[in-house]
Amino acid sequence: MSRPGAKTRRSLLRTAATASAALALARSGLPRPALAGAAPRVVVIGGGFGGATAARALRRGGVDVTLVDSRATYVACPFSNEVIVGLQPLAAQSFGYGNLARTGLTFVEATATGVDAAARTVRLSDGSSLAYDRLVLSPGIDLRFDAVPGYDPEAVTAMPHAWKAGEQTALLARQLEAMREGGTVILSAPANPYRCPPGPYERASLIAHFLKTRKPRAKLILLDAKDSFSKQRLFESAWAALYPDLLEYVPLAAGGGVTAVEPATMTVRTDFAEYKADVACIIPPQRAGAIAALAGAADRSGWCPIDPVTFESTLVPGIHVIGDAAIAGSMPKSAFSANAQAKVCAQAVIDLLAGRAPEAPKLINTCYSLVAPGYGISVAGVFHPVNGQLADVEGAGGISPVDAPASVRAQEAAYAADWYRTITREVFG
Amino acid sequence: MRRMRAAPALAAPALSAPALARVAALLCALAAALMGPLLPCPAGAVEGRPPPGAAACTGCHAAGAAMGPLAGRPEAEIVAALADYRSGARPASVMNRIAKGFTEGESRAIAAYFAQIGPER
Ligand SMILES: Cc1cc2nc3c(=O)[nH]c(=O)nc-3n(C[C@H](O)[C@H](O)[C@H](O)COP(=O)(O)OP(=O)(O)OC[C@H]3O[C@@H](n4cnc5c(N)ncnc54)[C@H](O)[C@@H]3O)c2cc1C
Ligand code: HEC
Repeated sequence: MSRPGAKTRRSLLRTAATASAALALARSGLPRPALAGAAPRVVVIGGGFGGATAARALRRGGVDVTLVDSRATYVACPFSNEVIVGLQPLAAQSFGYGNLARTGLTFVEATATGVDAAARTVRLSDGSSLAYDRLVLSPGIDLRFDAVPGYDPEAVTAMPHAWKAGEQTALLARQLEAMREGGTVILSAPANPYRCPPGPYERASLIAHFLKTRKPRAKLILLDAKDSFSKQRLFESAWAALYPDLLEYVPLAAGGGVTAVEPATMTVRTDFAEYKADVACIIPPQRAGAIAALAGAADRSGWCPIDPVTFESTLVPGIHVIGDAAIAGSMPKSAFSANAQAKVCAQAVIDLLAGRAPEAPKLINTCYSLVAPGYGISVAGVFHPVNGQLADVEGAGGISPVDAPASVRAQEAAYAADWYRTITREVFG
Repeated sequence: MRRMRAAPALAAPALSAPALARVAALLCALAAALMGPLLPCPAGAVEGRPPPGAAACTGCHAAGAAMGPLAGRPEAEIVAALADYRSGARPASVMNRIAKGFTEGESRAIAAYFAQIGPER
């Protein structure tokens, strides 16, 4: 058998690459780039855990990447529950895009206001527009101000949600700090699906810890719009041990669903009762960030159906959706998931742009929660596409052992902090 | 609108690497492009493409992390660790739950990938 010489091999490579690129372009109905071999253009909207990860991975694959975010500084949600109770400074949540820009991508500080999927362009708030070969949306969530009567955009000052980190996080921290001893804190959790399934229960745990150490006669009432939740057995056994008289959990069946709020009088209503709060944190239902619906990628649920191999929208070709905005089967809406999905999506986009078939992926999620300082618990899962949906790999994943000794809880708390450092360095570093 | 851009450091992927695997990958890609509906290329045929699952490991495993980096570790070491986490022979806080999501073959592909990319990536 004769092996081709180096020269022949190289020209074969070039022919193959050029032909496949040309065919991929022909298939997608796009004009050929003026310069042969010009890098394909991908626009990424949203520079959070999903978008920033995708932008970096696409750039590494040689793609011409423009990353768009409304803000030049990203404020991360993981560990913001710790900020609320003074266990972590808000400054530890902030990340800029300078290091990402040094990879050679273009960062644009603007809000995307529309997408023309036929012309493959994105409109920006300054009136300019960006052309793309493929578009990645990672816009996170919007809070639904049409879901709980009385909870409108003005209500968030009296009753912060603190479900987007930043000023809201600082506001809730100040309100808790200023609350009178013996006061009542109301925290309400929404029905599924929503950003960070264990998040409301971690928040309840840490607020209970704060009250126990700082205002021991105060009370926390957790109103839940559902009857079961993530890591429930672990949370409930920790609450029974650590906060028995302080934290009252009210599931949906016992009247936990909030039916209305009145910020002026700090009143929270359910079907069964009316609560007067000294501090009220209302976490309302959510939907995909507005640009998803503007692009036509959100369905009637408010979230975005996707192909589980490529994360391409099943509604609009050429647009990929990752992170909280996507309907990712049994994967929870977490920073860990968004990061893992972004890498899979970026590789699929690179493959598609090169005319290659993307490989069926496997993804991992792990969410750590603190129930007290030095007391960490986790839930993990491994996921793969099954019948067009991301499903759990059976036999894998699950929660930390319910009967673990304190040393294991301490180890998981340390791993939680380490994960946050590692992931934020990987994404923004 | 503010734009931020540093010198474009990376060029499009180099085409000069003489590895035969790459020729195979490109031929496969060409075939995929020619045949319209994409056919899967042979596993591992695309150079540098992480095998399923590998991309998610680095959310925890990196240089400087308590979990330690995987890049550059000997393949056999990673394979053995994953097998022991799966069987329960090795104690773990979370790796047992993660390792059970991967077959022996998938573990081998992931291990080979990290061993081959070398330290620091
Ligand atoms: C209290 C709390 C605790 C949490 N703890 C954890 C945890 O411990 N572990 C974990 O894994 N996850 C955690 N999460 C969840 C995690 O924060 C989210 O799942 C994650 O941020 C999702 O990433 P994303 O990229 O989808 O969206 P985001 O991170 O929200 O990023 C979206 C970005 O898009 C931008 N954007 C939106 N629309 C536009 C537009 N039209 N134009 C330009 N820019 C736009 C926004 O400015 C934003 O920067 C927590 C969440 C909360 C609220
Ligand atoms: C959620 C974070 C997390 C993810 C994701 C993760 N690991 Fe781990 N890994 C750990 C932790 C923590 C340990 C230490 C053992 C334990 O407590 O579970 C560990 C240990 C290991 C070890 C042994 C390291 C040593 O020094 O002996 C190997 C090998 C390993 N992981 C491989 C992987 C691979 C491969 C993947 C991806 C398929 C992966 N890990 C994903 C957290 C993670």
